[in-house]
Amino acid sequence: MKTPLALAISAAAFAFSSAALAGDPQSGGTVNTIVQPEPPGLVLGMVQNAPTRTVAGNIYEGLLRYTTDLEPMPQLAKSWEVSDDGRTYTFHLREDVTWHDGEPFTADDVVFSADVFHRELNPSARAVLQHVENIEATDDYTVVFTLNKPFGPFLISFEAGTFTMVPEHLYAGTDFRNNEHNDHPIGTGPFKFANWERGTVIELVKNDDYYEDGLPYLDGVNWHIIPDGGSRAVAFENGTIDVLPSGTVENFDIPRLSAMDNVCMTEEGHEYFSPFAMLWMNNREGPTADKRFRQAVMYAMDREFAKDVLWNGLGNVPLSAFGSNARFQNDDLEPYDYNPDRARELLAEMDYDGEEITILPLPYGETWTRWAEAVQQNLREVGINVETQASDVGGWNQRLGDWDYDLAFTYLFQYGDPALGISRTYLSDNIAKGSPWNNVEGYENERVDELFNAAATAFPDEKREALYHEVQEILHEDVPVGWLMELGFPTLYRCNVQDLVTSGVGVNDGFKDAWLER
Amino acid sequence: MVYARLILMRLLKAVIVLLLIVIFNFFLIQMAPGDPAAILAGEAGAADQEFINQLRERFGLDQPMYVQLWRYVSGIVMLDFGYSYRLGVPVFDLIMDRLPATLLLTGTAFVLSLVLGIVAGSMAAARVKKPSGSLIMALALVFYATPLFWVALMSVLVFSVYLGWLPAYGLYTVGAGYTGFALVLDIAQHLILPATTLALFFMAIYTRMTRTSMLDAAQQDFVKTARAKGLKPSVIQRRHILRNALLPIITLAGLQAGQMVGGAILTETVFAWPGIGRLMFEALQQRDYNLLLGIFFFSAALVIVFNIFTDLVYRLADPRIKGAS
Repeated sequence: MKTPLALAISAAAFAFSSAALAGDPQSGGTVNTIVQPEPPGLVLGMVQNAPTRTVAGNIYEGLLRYTTDLEPMPQLAKSWEVSDDGRTYTFHLREDVTWHDGEPFTADDVVFSADVFHRELNPSARAVLQHVENIEATDDYTVVFTLNKPFGPFLISFEAGTFTMVPEHLYAGTDFRNNEHNDHPIGTGPFKFANWERGTVIELVKNDDYYEDGLPYLDGVNWHIIPDGGSRAVAFENGTIDVLPSGTVENFDIPRLSAMDNVCMTEEGHEYFSPFAMLWMNNREGPTADKRFRQAVMYAMDREFAKDVLWNGLGNVPLSAFGSNARFQNDDLEPYDYNPDRARELLAEMDYDGEEITILPLPYGETWTRWAEAVQQNLREVGINVETQASDVGGWNQRLGDWDYDLAFTYLFQYGDPALGISRTYLSDNIAKGSPWNNVEGYENERVDELFNAAATAFPDEKREALYHEVQEILHEDVPVGWLMELGFPTLYRCNVQDLVTSGVGVNDGFKDAWLER
Repeated sequence: MVYARLILMRLLKAVIVLLLIVIFNFFLIQMAPGDPAAILAGEAGAADQEFINQLRERFGLDQPMYVQLWRYVSGIVMLDFGYSYRLGVPVFDLIMDRLPATLLLTGTAFVLSLVLGIVAGSMAAARVKKPSGSLIMALALVFYATPLFWVALMSVLVFSVYLGWLPAYGLYTVGAGYTGFALVLDIAQHLILPATTLALFFMAIYTRMTRTSMLDAAQQDFVKTARAKGLKPSVIQRRHILRNALLPIITLAGLQAGQMVGGAILTETVFAWPGIGRLMFEALQQRDYNLLLGIFFFSAALVIVFNIFTDLVYRLADPRIKGAS
């Protein structure tokens, strides 16, 4: 209903764009943005894929929020304490929070969400909860988590998308997946679910009873569903869409769109996920089973070229297995700079006989196809006989799950801590057929297992750091996978949308603080 | 009476054909690599084995193939199409939800292409050796040869981005809150680009076919007779030539009509039109077997219905056709 108004505002701001100054927040207006692809459902905790997080992160909340430096901020918990042995975490909840249906939010909801709901449904929360021995509500607004052992990343696990708070009074004792409220999600967040026109739009409206004073400023957010990347770009160009969240248009459209008048761009807001592009290399068989071959691949790839040409210069070429947004990065390692001669030497040393290998691009659009072509060319230049094989998402999943590949592109989220996002790629007990997200390359190293396992439960951080630095040295030498890039995913928006990205998960919970300047 | 028996016989055959199609589709889909549980798990970004097993069990994918087939076919017989794996909503509801938008788009395109195609083709036939006739045929050739997606993208670029006359995508203006006549007008505006894009290709075919067929009919003896009788050329053109030239056009129209449910994938994707084609494409990518099979079923049923319908129309257009075909 407010769209004509919002458009008028955009038009007005367009007229004085040069004079735009960030002043005091103003209330009102609706923002139009994109969700891609259409999410399967909006109940976070039941569905954790990216589009669900993007929309539902504004409906649901977690106990904590994180800054773009991944420092915890209060959200539903106003304060927290960690015991000296690192095993007991006490959260003090806000006392003025209500669910969208008016019921109060209490410690019982936290216990139910963590101990019952997530343990049953949520694999990412389950990975954290296996370290939790006991969860207890000591009064209506205090929750105590007791861990088996210290677990380093515990405090960074409370982001809404991973560790959502779900209402006990609506879900307790029901069949969660067939609960009648799944069609109309009830959270505590700044926006309430209003309407979902399948294939067209998801509409959220302001939560007038939100507990933080004055927030949110916007009257609503409309998430448009447009299946074609070119059409999404057009919708932004012609002014229908105000905000393009990261990853919703092809990279080659970004220079054109960001050069338009009154368009701003930010790279912030993906620190929590910090997507890390990698090249799976099959450690089990073929030339890729030889460490020297894998090192040769690292030297043969011109990663800076890929970054500049395919990713518009955004992102970061990593040193090794730990990205710059992960903690405990070891800076002393020698980078695998582009060095075709060194690659040829290594291949000669191992007597590579020109056996043909295949490379499987990620079926996520044009950028990935081109990237595979660039890598193929790099590898051919040093004498590696490589062919590209195309597939769709289903085929790609199956090839990786069956370990039926030589080289394959992927990207993985880092989740702010090596124990959450990085170790899973290298731990040998994480080798299992059927999933493209575990130790797919088949790397096995006892020392690496020991170090990762010890580091996850070491306390305090100085001890973790020493262990992680050592593990990086081993991985750097063994090259179980190729480390391509920490991806830079820019968010594009009209410059009059202010304070859009205020946390390490970007627009996933960003509309809370956003406002429209008129 | 003859019609009633004919229709009954054809419907009986249709049921058998449909059942065979269902079984064939079931195996066809199983041949695609990847299964829905793995894809859903993949989409979730983090999945342990327990998660994947839970999904397989819920979808019945842990059962042997013949059990799955039996369950599916016995469901179909009771008109139960099951649930979409990804969306958790009954397949029938999903299809019914999207059907109006698709029929609006494909139906408009159908009428548009048929009417304009026949008119343009008749005009071209009447102007065989004139430049205007050649111009029509040249245009038809261009539309025939141009890929649909290119036309779609270019029309968006010209009419939405540069000229700003028409909306670029969607079924209606989101958030405008139009009702009544304003809403109808809004939808009509959104319909122009996708319907025209979809219509162009078939329009070109109808034009070419009408022209050829009419020129052919014009050589027939009965046309000479009609001329000799002294009938007006326009009457000969309409009543004698066009009517006799209609049969191949009806055949083609029957084929196009059969595609009305699933034939607009590309157009619906580019224009973000919330129809069945998009639903089908997404279901395919997600290996959402139940949803995909459900859409296949409806598409197949529609093709069969229109085949029967086409046969009936033949008889109306040309009373010489009789009996079972």
